[in-house]
Amino acid sequence: MYNYPDEKGKYGVFGGKYVPETLMAALSELEEQYLKIKEDEEFQREFRELLKTYVGRPTPLQFAEGFSRYLGNDIKVYLKREDLNHTGAHKINNALGQALLAKRMGKKRIIAETGAGQHGVATATACAFLGLECVVYMGEEDVYRQALNVFRMELLGAKVEVVKSGSRTLKDAVNEAIRDWVTNVRTTHYIIGSAVGPHPYPMIVRDFQSVIGKEAREQILEAEGKLPDVIVACVGGGSNAIGIFYPFVEDKEVEFVGVEAGGYGLDTDKHAATLCKGKVGVFHGAKSYLLQDEDGQVTPTHSVSAGLDYPGVGPEHSFFKEIGRAKYTAVTDEEAIEAFQVLSRTEGIIPALESSHAVAWVLKNREKLSGKTVIINLSGRGDKDVNQIRDILEERKDLRIW
Amino acid sequence: MERIRNCFEKLSSRGEKPLIVYATACDPDCRRSLDVFKLILEYADMVEVGMPFSDPLADGPTIQKAHERALAAGANTRKVLELVEKLREFAPQKPIILMGYYNPIFVYGEERFIRDSASAGVDGFIVPDLPPEEGEDFSRKVKSMKLSPVFLAAPTSTDERVKKIGEVTGEFIYYVSVTGITGERDSLAFKEVEKDIQRIKRISGKRTVVGFGISKPEHIKQMYNSPDGFVVGSAVVRRVENWDIEELKELLKGLKAATKS
Repeated sequence: MYNYPDEKGKYGVFGGKYVPETLMAALSELEEQYLKIKEDEEFQREFRELLKTYVGRPTPLQFAEGFSRYLGNDIKVYLKREDLNHTGAHKINNALGQALLAKRMGKKRIIAETGAGQHGVATATACAFLGLECVVYMGEEDVYRQALNVFRMELLGAKVEVVKSGSRTLKDAVNEAIRDWVTNVRTTHYIIGSAVGPHPYPMIVRDFQSVIGKEAREQILEAEGKLPDVIVACVGGGSNAIGIFYPFVEDKEVEFVGVEAGGYGLDTDKHAATLCKGKVGVFHGAKSYLLQDEDGQVTPTHSVSAGLDYPGVGPEHSFFKEIGRAKYTAVTDEEAIEAFQVLSRTEGIIPALESSHAVAWVLKNREKLSGKTVIINLSGRGDKDVNQIRDILEERKDLRIW
Repeated sequence: MERIRNCFEKLSSRGEKPLIVYATACDPDCRRSLDVFKLILEYADMVEVGMPFSDPLADGPTIQKAHERALAAGANTRKVLELVEKLREFAPQKPIILMGYYNPIFVYGEERFIRDSASAGVDGFIVPDLPPEEGEDFSRKVKSMKLSPVFLAAPTSTDERVKKIGEVTGEFIYYVSVTGITGERDSLAFKEVEKDIQRIKRISGKRTVVGFGISKPEHIKQMYNSPDGFVVGSAVVRRVENWDIEELKELLKGLKAATKS
């Protein structure tokens, strides 16, 4: 039986609670309260109801006929359509779950970090819906790159705090959110957006996101009468991936593939492929793989996709890598941009640039996948990326598939 | 360990408490940082040498910027230890505590780090993101080298946690005066801090120094009784940032005077 994390919040050697003492009591309280609501039928019923009526779950598992035909080789691709959730990505599953939990804990102030803005928007949404105060930390760089999402959060009543320290991107937004939490821990709940951070966060995020895999498992059995051969998901921090993998973890015959951001290529230093190229370290409260230099300083990352542009990764993915349960690989910016266009044309679905990494891996490995049934977790929709892609394809006409 | 205990005992016999001063190693660069620490050592009874890290999440803007400056100047673990070696030569009797985030230590290798630190002349370690749960191993290894691991206690630490902190820490506990990050403050909750430090000392049976927010001599005077020592960081680092050495000297002089009852 796969039964992780252990009582110390560890996945093998990974995970744990590497945070300042001030936060330790809050993490214990969070764990205790979470374990309570996990068994609380009333809470779970309320959550299920909201996922249905507010988020729009269950999301479809769609047979991607056009894309499968494009691939050839008798590959059957199914798309788990997380892009159809309210706010356009899987992030809302966790944001809503944690906001409900915070309310239960009597915390009226919510903080969150965001990179591209998807988790910030999802958290602002959940807070508006539940009547909670919301502050979102966002790196200065990302504020410029994602101006529309900043306005969206403000429209939803959230306050966006611009982070000007360090590299002014997602990792610094997390640092700043943790600093806020240390300061306001008695009144505030921190909704981390990915399956990262100190225990119990990776577990909580995984559990709230595993609704994806639970649905997909039932849906694929219904559609195919058997489990899929391969499940593919993109991995930044890894919340959509762990959400779809986890309910299949005991199904040993189902292969997991996590696709990281290869940026300009793994042989350059411009990527965010933590599991492919990183080394074990301790960052943002957990032991996990980390992109760092030989002195243990965290190194800058690059990805065309802001949501994958993060030097750390969830500890359970590090564990999956270690025990060989999942395979982690990467595709480049250019491969993701190609997949973005291919799926748009073959399925009429514009995928998020993050999810395009998962699509790209399938495109790239179509020979190997011959005759197989594959589920791609389509974690979000690409509306937010259309401007950026237009600019890129304006400049790089060679990347256009038409 | 010896040096730390002697420091507390010697000062106590004179009716004084240690002034513990933090600065970031290699800020603004390794050469000038040596001068800063030498100046600090003229007044402070103990120094905390901050190991620069890319993501200092327990620190406020002043010390964050110091870490950035130091890294830009090429700081790394080896250079920090070289600095300590020189300080040890300069001040053979004063305790030197390394304060650093865990990842650089983990990557250097815990045992190798402790060994190299010991031979450079380090007396103890503060690792703000290593609570007792994750730090038991580290604590044991440090103690076995006759050095002192220093664990933090906070206003949010329950009695049960304080007991555990007392067990893993070495010569003393570092009490964080605020729920928050490092940085200068106009005022602190002096009464509450004194009261909470009494709780920490009673449960742990350990000496307890106080830090975070202390930025002027009055702060020390306002809560002189309970703590066994006073840590000042950001107020010093800000003077280093402005390179106002005269003002730094004045500050240190005033702080030290305040630690003499």
